[in-house]
Amino acid sequence: MSRYRMVAAAIIPILVLTACNSSASPSPSSPAASTPAASTSASAPAAAASQGTKFKGANVNILTFNGPQVAEPLQRRAPDWAKLTGGHVNVVAVGFQTIYDKALLDASTGTNSFDGYVFDPQWMGDFVTPGYLLDLTDREKNDPQLNQQDIVPFFRDYNSVYNGKNYTIPLDGDFHMVYYRSDLLTKDGLKPPATWDDYLTIAQKYNGKDLNGDGQPDYGSCIAKKKGAQSYWWIISVAAGLLQGKGTSDGAFFDTSNMNPLFGKNDAMTLALQTYAKTATFGPPDELNMDVGGSRGLFTTGRCALTMDWGDIGTLTPGTYAQDKTGATITPGWKQVLDRASGKLVPCDATTCPDAVDGVNYAPFGSFGGWSGAINAKAPKANQDAAYDFLSYMSAPAQSGIDVTLGKTGFNPYRTSHFTNTAPWLAAGLSQAATDNYLGAIKTSLDNKNFVLDLRIPQTKQYEQDVLDTAIAQYLAKELDEAGTEQAIADGWNAITDQAGKDKQLAAYVASLGIKK
Amino acid sequence: MATDTLGAWRSDGAARWLFIWPAVVLILALSLFPLVASVALSVSKLVFNPGSVDLDFIGFFNYQELLFGREKSHFLGVLKSPTAIGWAILIGTIALAAIAWVRAARSGRVSPVGLALRLVGGIVLAGFVWLLVQTLASEGGRPGSLVVTLIFVFGGILLQLTLGLGLAMLAVQLVPWRRFFRILFLIPLTITPVGVGYMFLMMTDTSKGPFEPLWVALGLRNFTWVTDPWLARLAVIIGDTWQWTPFVFIVLLAALESLDQEVREAALVDGASRWQSFRHITMPALLPVTTTIVLIRIIEGFKIIDMPNILLGGGPGTATQSMTLQAYIDWNTLNLGRSAAIAYLLLILVSVVATVYVSFVRRRVTELA
Repeated sequence: MSRYRMVAAAIIPILVLTACNSSASPSPSSPAASTPAASTSASAPAAAASQGTKFKGANVNILTFNGPQVAEPLQRRAPDWAKLTGGHVNVVAVGFQTIYDKALLDASTGTNSFDGYVFDPQWMGDFVTPGYLLDLTDREKNDPQLNQQDIVPFFRDYNSVYNGKNYTIPLDGDFHMVYYRSDLLTKDGLKPPATWDDYLTIAQKYNGKDLNGDGQPDYGSCIAKKKGAQSYWWIISVAAGLLQGKGTSDGAFFDTSNMNPLFGKNDAMTLALQTYAKTATFGPPDELNMDVGGSRGLFTTGRCALTMDWGDIGTLTPGTYAQDKTGATITPGWKQVLDRASGKLVPCDATTCPDAVDGVNYAPFGSFGGWSGAINAKAPKANQDAAYDFLSYMSAPAQSGIDVTLGKTGFNPYRTSHFTNTAPWLAAGLSQAATDNYLGAIKTSLDNKNFVLDLRIPQTKQYEQDVLDTAIAQYLAKELDEAGTEQAIADGWNAITDQAGKDKQLAAYVASLGIKK
Repeated sequence: MATDTLGAWRSDGAARWLFIWPAVVLILALSLFPLVASVALSVSKLVFNPGSVDLDFIGFFNYQELLFGREKSHFLGVLKSPTAIGWAILIGTIALAAIAWVRAARSGRVSPVGLALRLVGGIVLAGFVWLLVQTLASEGGRPGSLVVTLIFVFGGILLQLTLGLGLAMLAVQLVPWRRFFRILFLIPLTITPVGVGYMFLMMTDTSKGPFEPLWVALGLRNFTWVTDPWLARLAVIIGDTWQWTPFVFIVLLAALESLDQEVREAALVDGASRWQSFRHITMPALLPVTTTIVLIRIIEGFKIIDMPNILLGGGPGTATQSMTLQAYIDWNTLNLGRSAAIAYLLLILVSVVATVYVSFVRRRVTELA
């Protein structure tokens, strides 16, 4: 008997403790329960209610990236929004690779613990098709807080649109640009690279020279080429001007008439691959294993003459060696473009590249597309309204105008007001000349009608992060030659397309480009 | 009556039902369900349909794709005709396997089932060697994730055993600071593999890592670990070895300390050299525990992912892409079926290697010892 008493004596305190813990824990439906360390709550609704009551009692869960970028502005501004509206925001921040899986699992299993997402608009194809995202077209159009007309056309009419409807609210403007050492180019009387041939010429000129006065030879070009990181995005930027010549709706990934991969066997892809590989000859010896953190570190410490990046370099240079020595320019283009029927390159003219500038076909690439907010279609109506209002508040010019000037947010400009109001940029530490140059390059890119939209169809991750990334890594490591790389990409992409259904994928691709047939 | 009921509850039978069966059911559910679910996953594909995300049955397509189809070059590798050395290795292996089988058959001590199993084992071994020579000892061949995993496992274990034994032999001596060094040698084991990966990422970075001045001083400014496939694999093996040698060290140290010193001392008194004492007394005594260490490391080593992923992302190209990393990439890009198929092929591989090891190596070594 004493044995049972001892067991009972041991079990009872455990049960009592467990019961106490359970009562103190968040409910299972709260995503904060799964990642308490990553979750940040806005101020308590009770305290907020004294100032705003529009969303009093609403408890909104937003899933996003744990950065610390991206989550930072959401967490910082959630208490302000709570004071204004009485609502309460839980920012559930997880690793980049986890956001997609967590959001998809949550929606597909009907758990619906998240009311909104701040994620990659590339994933729209996977989320819109099964009906997981709320159509925001009318809300955005009639929302004075959002001021949709202030958002530049690419992000308003393409990036946040799927099949003619708005599903996301832009919070960030992501696309590639080339950054150069303005002090060096000015001293040598050189212009920023307009074509990729110019880029290679400039990279070669400065490679091996001491660029930052430390007595050590530096590099002509630094582009992050690590497998499993950002390498596959840069090759798209290099190839884009050869593959797309007739505007955004022309598409740079597939032929919009038959879903044939443009990244397959053709002269454009061969030239793009060769150019991409040549940039590595003017880069650091371990460039194949360098991610974007490495290339940014080298550029801001003055060790590279050229680099390609999103808009982040501009806001990262204050306080570094590269401050006031950095210029930004639209991603270089080409004077030739692919004739899709023959697979050969043809010169740019009014027919083949109608938007070319001085004979150069620029095709700035909206890689990733920029962090965007979306609303869960199955969330309770009150939470949908509150989540929308919070995301709209984040995107509103008053808030975003400050956030895009801060490197810690990871957000880049995407509104007209971000370019016209330069005061926040100066306050962030950029000089007037650097601000004008940086914003000028962004505006030139965004005004380009041949802007390239990133792939946004079902299985996008497989097309880009598996097949394209692997083939490019194999090419750079000399496991494959140009023909083998093009074949590997074409075979891989065709296999995914065939498995998913060619007609379905073609329809999704056409829809993602905003083409109405 | 009430007393009888209480007695029945106190009986062993009741205790079995109350305590053992729930635990058994829970364990079965937790281990069998994922196994069955992943089999189902490996024969299906993820489909985005209007209104839902579904898993469609596609049979053995994922396995076929990995072993014979488009993914064969990534999984098995690029197979080319072996060089003369490759042929010699293959023929030598087949000859040895055949001799061993004939000897087993002639001995009369092996049952027909045992002989059949040995025959299957021999064929599997020859198949593995055929794959190895086609990818590693051929013109234009290239190893896939399966062979890369084998390189990491066996290359790593060899280094870890050698270093671990050496350190254990040192730490067992009566040297100053002995306790300090024992703790020092254990530290790598306590660090998370992801942390070790990032540490080696910094250390192998020749352009801006902490050792950059050292590389420059040595005239290795343009040297890099990460563009040559074999240097990259070596970097992974070094990192893995740094992490796991302490495990080998601590177990071997315990085994060394438990050895009867009188036998060694008697041998030395009888004129045995230190090497003879080590070769004929220490080594045989360590063999049983060594074979267990190897078995544990084989099972653990096949799952390697942190080091090649963080250090190199599986690159350059696919040079350091292990099976687990390939499965991770597939999972991450929502190719759940192929990811599950790789996981099952890994399960089969580990089971075969571990079974062969236990059946043919460990038993004999233990008997020898």
